[in-house]
Amino acid sequence: MANIPKEEYIFKTTSACAGCSSSLCLRHILKAAGPDSVLVVPACCTSVIQGIYPNTAFNIPVYNVAFAAAAAVASGMSTALRAAGRKTNVICYAGDGGTVDIGIQALSGAFERGTDFLYICYDNEAYSNTGMQRSGGTPLGAATTTTPGGKTEGKKDLDLIVEAHDPPYMATACSAYPLDLYKKVQKALSIEGPKFIHILAPCPPGWRYPADKTVEMGKLAVRTGMWILYEREHGQLTISGPSKNAMRKPLPIEEYIGKQGRFKNIDPRSIAILRQQVEHHMARIAREAEGIC
Amino acid sequence: MLTIATGNKAVADAVKDAVPAVVAAYPITPQTEIVEQIANYVASGQLASKYIPVESEHSAMAACIGASATGVRAFTATSSHGLVYMCEMLHWAVGARLPIVMANANRALGPGWNIWAEHTDSLSMRDTGWLQVYVGSVQEAYDATLMAFRIAEHADVLLPVMVNLDGFALTHITQSLETVDPGDFIPPMKLPHAIDTGRPAGYGTLTAPGDYYRFRWDIERSMRNAASVIEATQDEFGKRFGRTYGMTEEYRCADAEVVVVAMGTLGKEVEIAVDILRGQGVKAGSMRLRWFRPFPDLDLAGKEVVVIDRDYSFGFGGIVAHAIASKYDVPIFSVIAGLGGQEVTYDDIAGFVRDRRPGDEYWFGVDA
Repeated sequence: MANIPKEEYIFKTTSACAGCSSSLCLRHILKAAGPDSVLVVPACCTSVIQGIYPNTAFNIPVYNVAFAAAAAVASGMSTALRAAGRKTNVICYAGDGGTVDIGIQALSGAFERGTDFLYICYDNEAYSNTGMQRSGGTPLGAATTTTPGGKTEGKKDLDLIVEAHDPPYMATACSAYPLDLYKKVQKALSIEGPKFIHILAPCPPGWRYPADKTVEMGKLAVRTGMWILYEREHGQLTISGPSKNAMRKPLPIEEYIGKQGRFKNIDPRSIAILRQQVEHHMARIAREAEGIC
Repeated sequence: MLTIATGNKAVADAVKDAVPAVVAAYPITPQTEIVEQIANYVASGQLASKYIPVESEHSAMAACIGASATGVRAFTATSSHGLVYMCEMLHWAVGARLPIVMANANRALGPGWNIWAEHTDSLSMRDTGWLQVYVGSVQEAYDATLMAFRIAEHADVLLPVMVNLDGFALTHITQSLETVDPGDFIPPMKLPHAIDTGRPAGYGTLTAPGDYYRFRWDIERSMRNAASVIEATQDEFGKRFGRTYGMTEEYRCADAEVVVVAMGTLGKEVEIAVDILRGQGVKAGSMRLRWFRPFPDLDLAGKEVVVIDRDYSFGFGGIVAHAIASKYDVPIFSVIAGLGGQEVTYDDIAGFVRDRRPGDEYWFGVDA
């Protein structure tokens, strides 16, 4: 962690929940991005975390926008800045709802047009800001306030959708591995064009685990293979260190889902499906890393 | 330069002469020629704008917001379904105090699919805080679009402006057009709250009730300022380029006993009806409403009024008629005509006036 700058762009006055992983991620993202950056934030937890007017806990310009609009606003902003000869980083920081559901059209459009920006989705697998309703990012079997019996459908594969746009850089990350995230943000911002980072962001009140277990929850996601860390640069996939180790001998997924209240009532069949999906996903990523597919 | 152009081409030419840094747009009939023409001006190097071919109207306005927020001029054009699809972002542009200019080709809303002129699309957006002007000729489409940039960007306004022109009835008809060299008529845009990474700030941050109403009042105050900015801009335009405009365009109103109020191309048609009526001994006049937001002061004292609404607020009435009724204690005959491109001739309009029934509402083609 020695090389991470001391400068802070998020002050200790946010209104984030205890154990919030997305604000932890943003802290490292902004350290990697530096002061010549603008954050574009659609409706999400970060809309609230930054504080209430006239105060803000963030020390870079934050442009708050409507739920569906982040990537399109960033398109206009990036185009105008580049036309003026400015290299300012334009970074969307959006939740899973604002990305996989209501914001996906704008996201797809901005990527198809080759917009020079970085889109980061911090995925806490539900509409957390509005009180944990189901999103397209919620996994199978997870209870939310609108799926009290557990979600009956699987998690939408956002990464496959983004990959279909053939961006020059895309990566996954997890709040439990801040150095990995920091390096990925740095690399993403060194590349021109549309870049994408998908962060798994465990959420204590939403996932129903104690606030001091946020880092552990992220590590378990990676160690069980429920979340795979990788980056795909100009189509070349590299599995990141923590996942490389985990994928050799992944922990049983029960180690991860068993520690979260949202999976308390999951049935054995759903667990079997999740296990199958994890195995399938790991195999697919491993094959791609070896250049087989 | 004197040319012949359609209403759409006139708008595109005004955009070329105002040189926005960014144009973000999505095609929709009957606005398409505006964006095609602008894209061609950009591609051929005649216009130094960046053209963003967005994937929807919601994103068109969002991209304009993102561009404008950096302190540069932004433009888009839309129509009908496109306008109502971007409704959320219309509100956002106002709250963010961004002087975006947009042309709207007035068109009916489906279902059934209808691509012809009606004003319900833009009038249903009247409470967003956008300034709205309705034009009646190709020349006016050009002049109003050019002036829109100066008005929107004025320090006392800093609100977006929507230039409305009737679909097909104006977007696709050809008239003579004189373009101008605006020179310093449109000064460089200065946005006091442009994003500045040297001065980090939160934009559109969560705002509690104790502050939110202040921002709303500030919008209203600017809307009130806008009336004098519009008049000053139109006066200056007249001095420089020889064409004068008011908040309304009045024709034979001074001694009129009955005044017809309408907007857009129907408002121009009224002038011919007025001549016919005068020939028949009816002391009629025409008051074409150009600006709808801010709503102008109208001199209607002692006159009967016939309002032609090419729009309707279901369960309430003609939107223009009710706007006038809410401000002026005058006898009003409310005519609903021209919906979805319904043909309305100057003879029909003369008939509305001859057969007027103050206090009543009349649906042209429906009522016996």
